[in-house]
Amino acid sequence: MSKRIVVDDLNVFYGSFKAVEDVTLAIEPRTVTAFIGPSGCGKSTFLRTLNRMHEVIPGARVEGKVLLDGDDLYAPGVDPVLVRRQVGMVFQRPNPFPTMSIRDNVLAGVKLNNRRMSKGDADELVEKSLQGANLWNEVKDRLAKPGSGLSGGQQQRLCIARAIAVEPDVILMDEPCSALDPISTLAIEDLIEEMKNDYTIVIVTHNMQQASRVSDRTAFFNIAGTGKPGKLIEYDDTATMFSKPSVQATEDYVSGRFG
Amino acid sequence: MTASAAPRLRAKTRPGDRVFSGTAITAGSVIVAILAAVAIFLIAQSIPALTVGADDLKGADSFWSYVGPLVFGTLWAAGLALVLALPVALGIALFISHYAPRRLAQALGYVIDLLAAVPSVVFGLWGIKVLAPMVLPLYVWLSDNVGWIPLFSGPVSGTGRTILTVAIVLAVMILPIITALCREVFLQTPRLHEEAALALGATRWEMIQMAVLPFGRPGIISAAMLGLGRALGETMAVAMVLSPSVLISFVLLQSQNPTTIAANIALNFPEAHGIGVNVLIATGLVLFVITFAVNAVARVVINSRKAFSGAN
Amino acid sequence: MGGLFAILWLSGSMTEFSLVGTVFFGTVLYAVLIFAVSSVVEGGRKAKDRLVTALVTTAFVIALLPLVSLLSTVVASGLARFDPTFFSYSMRNVVGEGGGALHAIVGTLEVTGMATLMSVPIGLFTAIYLVEYGRGHLARAITFLVDVMTGIPSIVAGLFAFALFALLFRDPGVRFGFGGAVALSVLMIPVVVRSSEEMLKLVPNELREASYALGVPKWLTISKVVLPTSVAGITTGVMLSIARVIGETAPLLIIAGFTQSMNYDLFSERMMTLPVFVYTQYQNPGSDVGAYLDRAWAGALTLILIVMALNLIARLVAKLFAPKLSR
Repeated sequence: MSKRIVVDDLNVFYGSFKAVEDVTLAIEPRTVTAFIGPSGCGKSTFLRTLNRMHEVIPGARVEGKVLLDGDDLYAPGVDPVLVRRQVGMVFQRPNPFPTMSIRDNVLAGVKLNNRRMSKGDADELVEKSLQGANLWNEVKDRLAKPGSGLSGGQQQRLCIARAIAVEPDVILMDEPCSALDPISTLAIEDLIEEMKNDYTIVIVTHNMQQASRVSDRTAFFNIAGTGKPGKLIEYDDTATMFSKPSVQATEDYVSGRFG
Repeated sequence: MTASAAPRLRAKTRPGDRVFSGTAITAGSVIVAILAAVAIFLIAQSIPALTVGADDLKGADSFWSYVGPLVFGTLWAAGLALVLALPVALGIALFISHYAPRRLAQALGYVIDLLAAVPSVVFGLWGIKVLAPMVLPLYVWLSDNVGWIPLFSGPVSGTGRTILTVAIVLAVMILPIITALCREVFLQTPRLHEEAALALGATRWEMIQMAVLPFGRPGIISAAMLGLGRALGETMAVAMVLSPSVLISFVLLQSQNPTTIAANIALNFPEAHGIGVNVLIATGLVLFVITFAVNAVARVVINSRKAFSGAN
Repeated sequence: MGGLFAILWLSGSMTEFSLVGTVFFGTVLYAVLIFAVSSVVEGGRKAKDRLVTALVTTAFVIALLPLVSLLSTVVASGLARFDPTFFSYSMRNVVGEGGGALHAIVGTLEVTGMATLMSVPIGLFTAIYLVEYGRGHLARAITFLVDVMTGIPSIVAGLFAFALFALLFRDPGVRFGFGGAVALSVLMIPVVVRSSEEMLKLVPNELREASYALGVPKWLTISKVVLPTSVAGITTGVMLSIARVIGETAPLLIIAGFTQSMNYDLFSERMMTLPVFVYTQYQNPGSDVGAYLDRAWAGALTLILIVMALNLIARLVAKLFAPKLSR
């Protein structure tokens, strides 16, 4: 289920503006990798290139390679839709489909793709995914209710359940807790800890404590100034990054001297 | 692993995607085609009218001298309507946006929108059967008392079916659109500007003068222009209320009134034949050009506001 | 306009009691009084403020006058012939009293229905193109042309349909229902595009992204996420656009013509419609003027009821079925 990601010399552009420059890194399966850095340093942009979600933004393009267990996501003929079925994504704000029930939200990946599924299989998938997102016990009695009626933290876990129902290999999380209260945040962090047994997880976060709590490896991105491209400054084990980083900028950032 | 995974990423382009985006592009192109067709067919049918002789033009000696009085009537009636409607529309818009209790405001907006829902033919019927007899005493009074102003000189039409009555009907008809647009603009006035004015000790009216009206001026102008565009093209109310004659005259109350392009077409088209049809279509083309120009001005004003609105 | 109405009531119609007049004069009197009293008691600035408040309120009341007058007249005069005969007979072989507008009602339903069938797909897909696909020259051109189309006077739309079919069929006297539907479409399409565009733009981008991230292709994202989320708003827009064109008279007068008889066939012969019915009943009264006028008013009442009903249902749809977006 879990796959290895290798990024080789990746540049991201918005039109003629270079947003991210020369990123090379490898993400191991069954780990949690955190991207940290100040606002505008390109970490979210970079995250989106890992499942080609940046293509939704007009004018965005990349140069370089992203290999998923050796397959280049940007090779000619590769269908971004199929890439995204293998690399799922959870967003900053919980975004359940307002027209669908909780159950349908979990099954969205199946239903929206017009795939047929027997009711038994569907029930099983709903339960498995909601269990996987630690939400089953809270919603099992109201699966037919709209997903927008849940609390923010529950909605975010519903979105995670929706992402894992597609059975991806990698799950990208773009600041998944930034719109949540501390208790809901804790629930998500616990969930991430459990999920890394099955998935490769990449999480962008503004919160350095969160990075140190949930991640095995941490990548620090920084930007030289406005209008300059974001760069990968340092990438190492989380413990090393937060105790004795090798680059001064990393030290300044994790110790709260800027950002 | 690699061998089995690689095909999973590759896929032929989806037929669904291509059909769907193709349909969307086609629909968009149909609009381009329709407008091209409107222009082409109207021009094609108009060309014969430009060279037509005096026999087919009810006395005018060329197409341009035939359409001249009609253009004047169209502009005159619509201009009068705008003069009547604009102050009232501004008042209503201010009332809804800044005076009425917040909970009532939306309901009041609906009430004004009801006016927009009334079909023009009903306005025409109302104008001739209710309004014209109602305003007749007013016209007599006006002509008796301020008749020395050429605008109001007599003799007053015996039926009340004059250009002024038409203008009132048109004013009522364009009231909702001007009101709705002005209301939107007024509601967008930055709260901070308003509060700043109030904090300086301004009364509500002074606040409106300082904050709301300057901010809304381009919006008001474009709303007025769009209202004018509506009034220019309005057909039935004019056709029904006026007893038409083709002339240029500024008097408001007499029985001889200039008519408008649209009304002239509506009244003469059912009986027109041969080259007469082409003449009428050509006048329609002239009307199209005029409304296009007016709407273009409105659009330019709106866009300039988008560019300059420093208050976001 | 206020001044007009003021002098109007003063000069003529004050002989008998009138609710409209009373309301109006109450407001004017209030404005004058409050200004006088306030300038004495509170001073100039406050008095000005109060005067404007009164004026603005007066403006609103003034706008209500024609509305009330129009609606009450239409109801009062329309009820005389608002009877079963009116809805079950055409005007064939009717001179004087009797007769009805069935042929016109059928014509209106057919022509407007046809116009809707043509306008909604074109308008909706154009909106989809502009919001979901459109970039660059074509999109900008279409946006501009939709603006131009919004400003086409209705009679010009009628002339266009006539010019088109007259050339197409080489028939300088062409008149048929479908032509009317084409003319109405020209008026309806821009309204549908504009309102649908607004509604599609209201769908948060996050929902589209959520769908893409699940590996759903674009066309399924649009048809199964974006459209269902905005369907209530789009329906409202379509109904309002129908309400707007169903009362159009001028283009139908030109291309659909008028007749006294039933005609169910959109593609041949003249077809009567309700607005044109009202117009012709008024414009060409036979020997018994009263009977024709009564029918005109009844037609006007029917027309207003249809338009109001459409507006009301449209607003209800918007209120009841709109999904609650998290914003």
